[in-house]
Amino acid sequence: MPKTDNVTGTLIANHHDALMGAWLAAQKRDGRSRDVGTDAASADLARQFLDQLHRGFASGRLDDITGAEWAPMRELLEDFSRARATQGFSPTETAVFVFSLKEPLFDILRRELGADAEKIARETWTVTRLLDALGLYTIESYSRTREEVIGRQQQELLELSTPVVELWDGILALPLIGTLDSARTQIVMENLLERIVESGTEIAIIDITGVPTVDTLVAQHLIKTISAARLMGADCILSGIRPQIAQTIVHLGLELNVVSKATMADALGLALRRTGKVIVDRARPAESRA
Amino acid sequence: MSEIPILKIGDCLLVSIQVDMHDRLAMALQDDLTQRIVADRARGVMIDISALEIVDSFIGRMLNNIAAMSRVLDAVTVVVGMRPAVAITLVELGLALTGVRTALNVDKGLAMIRSIIDSSENADAHRDR
Repeated sequence: MPKTDNVTGTLIANHHDALMGAWLAAQKRDGRSRDVGTDAASADLARQFLDQLHRGFASGRLDDITGAEWAPMRELLEDFSRARATQGFSPTETAVFVFSLKEPLFDILRRELGADAEKIARETWTVTRLLDALGLYTIESYSRTREEVIGRQQQELLELSTPVVELWDGILALPLIGTLDSARTQIVMENLLERIVESGTEIAIIDITGVPTVDTLVAQHLIKTISAARLMGADCILSGIRPQIAQTIVHLGLELNVVSKATMADALGLALRRTGKVIVDRARPAESRA
Repeated sequence: MSEIPILKIGDCLLVSIQVDMHDRLAMALQDDLTQRIVADRARGVMIDISALEIVDSFIGRMLNNIAAMSRVLDAVTVVVGMRPAVAITLVELGLALTGVRTALNVDKGLAMIRSIIDSSENADAHRDR
């Protein structure tokens, strides 16, 4: 329970205006060159923070900021870091808001308690621990917001990048774009198989023009998709294999066991032939048929 | 114990699996089917698994075995109507069933058996000449 007699809390209340001024100046100096919004907004934020800090000191729970006494403070910091994270601030620029309070606060402590060395040491330690905890909490909420953003973007990418296209009656195409990981392969595979059942398609062209690299894992994912389609009775043709990727596949010793074509056009030609269709040049029909 | 019916269509046998397969039923089917292939002198076997929702490694292996057995007895096996979820499960189990022919539905399966039988007969006739 509160060993300290709330010395710092009283000091914060007594020197509120001086502390505010020094703190805002320190924020401006440490906050690098980035524009942190209007002075009025940051002053308002600083005032709210000091109010909550004062209330926290008054409650006496200085060793644990997860308690109910600190709930309004945590909420304030969460809102603040979320705003900073979405505006594209760096973690340092965000945390400086809390840490820059140390210097002006220590100044006041030194000025007011200068004579009592033991007291000043004890108060400094209490304030340091508290502000460190609050600063770390700020960074934590900051990175949590960033992770939420990343997660949402991943989800959006998954939805965006797995279309199954019907090229011709009985011929489906699956143009793959971007790196294939397990989660994406699962979705790609399910989409393709569902469409095969729906449309009764016998030939699917998997185009990997947009896949930047093919390693053993990607190859394994491709093999799985092709095997699953084959189990259902549909044949796959692999297309869009770039020269480097052909070299990689051979160097890695991968065996894909599938008909592959260099371009989607070749693959479509083969698929049309297999389904018994002929492409004829109307200008010279006889020659094309020959 | 229920039994899986084996229907004869021309020189093909049609097995439609409508119930969940358990191991003893699978063994019994393997037994019945080989006997019927010999008794009816069937040239093709079509296994329709479009109603099958759950498949384990044992059933996967059984499909492979049936295909291998009928090949020995000179009949073509085609597995038709596999569901996407079942196909994904089998691939994840590492059972690609490379020895089994597959088709999307019974219609395409029959056409496939017909063309395989015809081409093998043509090849035989060619060799005899």
